[in-house]
Amino acid sequence: MSAHDHAAGQLPHEPEKATLEGRNKIVGFWIFLGAEVVLFGTLFSAYLALRGHSSEGPTADELFQLPMVFAATMILLTSSLASVFAVQALHQHKVKSMITWLFITIALGLGFLVLEIYEFVEYIHEGHGFTTSAFSSSFYTLVGFHGAHVAFGVVWIGLVIGQIYKKGLTVVTAPKVYVSAIYWHFIDVVWVFIFSVVYLMGKVG
Amino acid sequence: MDWLTTVDHKKIGILYLIAGFLFFIIGGLEALVIRYQLMVPMNDVVSGQLFNELITMHGTTMIFLAAMPMLFALMNAVIPLQIGARDVAFPFLNSLGFWTFFFGGVLLNLSWFANAVPDAGWTSYVPLASTTYSDGHGVDYYVIGLQIAGIGTLLGGINFMATIINMRAPGLTFMRLPMFTWTIFITSVLIVFAFPVLTVGLVALMFDRLFHANFFESANGGNTVLWEHIFWVFGHPEVYILILPAFGIISEVVSTFSRKRLFGYSSMVFATMLIAFLGFMVWAHHMFTTGLGPVANGLFSIATMLIAVPTGVKIFNWLFTLWGGSIKFNTSSMFAIGFVPTFVMGGVTGVMLASAPADYQYHDTYFVVAHFHYVIVGGLIFGIFSGLHYWWPKMFGRKLNEVLGQITFWTFFIGFHMTFLIQHFLGLLGMPRRVVSYLPGQGFDNMNLISTIGAFLMGIGTIAFIINVFVTWSKPRNAEADAWGDGRSLEWTIPSPPPEYNFKQLPLVRSYDAWWKEKMDGNKAMTPAEPVGPIHMPSPSILPFIMSVGLFIAGFGFMYNKLIVAGAGLLITFACMAIRSLFDDHGFHIEPEDQEKEVHV
Repeated sequence: MSAHDHAAGQLPHEPEKATLEGRNKIVGFWIFLGAEVVLFGTLFSAYLALRGHSSEGPTADELFQLPMVFAATMILLTSSLASVFAVQALHQHKVKSMITWLFITIALGLGFLVLEIYEFVEYIHEGHGFTTSAFSSSFYTLVGFHGAHVAFGVVWIGLVIGQIYKKGLTVVTAPKVYVSAIYWHFIDVVWVFIFSVVYLMGKVG
Repeated sequence: MDWLTTVDHKKIGILYLIAGFLFFIIGGLEALVIRYQLMVPMNDVVSGQLFNELITMHGTTMIFLAAMPMLFALMNAVIPLQIGARDVAFPFLNSLGFWTFFFGGVLLNLSWFANAVPDAGWTSYVPLASTTYSDGHGVDYYVIGLQIAGIGTLLGGINFMATIINMRAPGLTFMRLPMFTWTIFITSVLIVFAFPVLTVGLVALMFDRLFHANFFESANGGNTVLWEHIFWVFGHPEVYILILPAFGIISEVVSTFSRKRLFGYSSMVFATMLIAFLGFMVWAHHMFTTGLGPVANGLFSIATMLIAVPTGVKIFNWLFTLWGGSIKFNTSSMFAIGFVPTFVMGGVTGVMLASAPADYQYHDTYFVVAHFHYVIVGGLIFGIFSGLHYWWPKMFGRKLNEVLGQITFWTFFIGFHMTFLIQHFLGLLGMPRRVVSYLPGQGFDNMNLISTIGAFLMGIGTIAFIINVFVTWSKPRNAEADAWGDGRSLEWTIPSPPPEYNFKQLPLVRSYDAWWKEKMDGNKAMTPAEPVGPIHMPSPSILPFIMSVGLFIAGFGFMYNKLIVAGAGLLITFACMAIRSLFDDHGFHIEPEDQEKEVHV
């Protein structure tokens, strides 16, 4: 089955799975996420092993401001919801509404990034630099990796939107929307763990 | 140029083979210098510093740049053919994987010319690998070279998992997969779950070295044992990433040349899974003497010994396959048969090492060196030689010369046992590994001499193989589709070498050992599962090559702290990613009338 078998308006219900290429992309991407789980798992382990070792620098309890982190969490969780709506619009072939939801997704992602950068700048002012202690190195590496993933996702979904504008919704572009949405949910799930393991445990644990 | 842009899995397989074999020779020469240094006591061919560099580069090169790429060569050459697919799931990523591996390897080996060779051992233990003790750029080459090469491996793992899940021919259920495909599938799972751990470890070490982070700096709260955990959580599954494909090759070769169905097929499948699962549970047996305490040592000791059970299942299945078979002896089957007892010996010393109290005695002696060379050379390299001789006609359309093959086998086999069998005894006598020389009169002299002679015999075997390749090259391409006459799986149903699109019509698989079954039913060809039609192929692309060059440049930039260079390199890579994402590859079609024309590409 190739792309021109489905002219516009005759898209199947799930255009992302209509071709072998699309199915390959989705399966391959789930496997890639398996690798990402291990990547973050290792970063979490390193953080857990080192989080009490703050040397001369500030401790987690002294640094973390839960209200702001909570706000960032809410923003990111909402962005995941927006990408769910985008995929629903994809299945109903409503291209305009899909693009709108994708824009909302990346706008919220950007909002999250702004808060995170603000947070990092604040910590550095309080003497919590990357090189201060083992705790600080592992903290910035873990949270920074996640932040880099968010930034990458924003650029990626931005490029996908550009493609939809140019080519419309086809069996070639649909898997890209779908896969980037899975990626976005994954980022969100990782953040839920960061929120609990880094911030909540930092305050209480 | 054709080779720089190719996305054809068969050509990428050949590229992997050439590059992997090149690094195999480099690693082998490093080994020969090491053995030459240790030939007689108080030898001073190399300095202590150079010796450290040699053992570091030998280990790193052999594991990451020789063994794995040669496995990837066989995977690429065979897996799509065995499952009746026209290509892998992601041909572009396949090419990208090769080029990142290649440039990562080149980067690592350029350290010889930059006069800054990594010298902290292939395990790169901290604090030895920290800037305090390795203050040049040597270990930087290690972390960044491996990081770039590791991307390629991970991409390969994802690619082959997706390929095997999604692209099997009609009727080819999982429990009908050829054993080699099964082991590659499980190996790919291991790659996907083990390599990211190494990635994190290398990133942490890189951050420590380049940006003064404190993961492993105990003065600032860092933890050096953390590196050991991270390294071996990756490193132990890596052993099975290397050996499981060899198990697969042996299963194919033994069953083909015994002309019998593989004994206990389903138990082989489950044994493979069990080995892979246990492979993740035993990493701390590399750390018995680190001081984890008796509970941890006890648990990891028992878990390690458990692996002997599924491995034993495999060994007996191979023996039962051979039993009563009408065995054909040739280079391929002899490497496979030689593999069995050799690997058993490696396994037995593995159980010995798994006993934690005894490990305190064996630790850091030549006993350990002997053990892992029995597993990796006696297992994996024998397996690769067996597989290369077996699939060579399929890859190149020519059979390797049998006389030269016999010379390769006997010199390599005898040389191998001469080199490493005796090292068990050197180890038990207390000769430490990683030490540049030894005093005379301690009972080490003769054994080291024998070991060195054996190593040079292995070198002769390798040269015989190279001569064989060139001799074979000059012969006409006359291998038949079913080159051995006893092929069992789908790769033997299509011409040697296969056309670009592999299968003109995808075959309908009706049983395990699909091709054998059709032959036994008296059929001359597989039943096609689809009509003849245009075949869609992906277009070649130069982007993977440029992306890898970008990473290569970025690596240098980071290493020498020229952030502009690093940024430029990353920019090249990201720009290529954007181009790839914005311009769809529509590929091209090979029409039925053209399919007739180019049977041999």
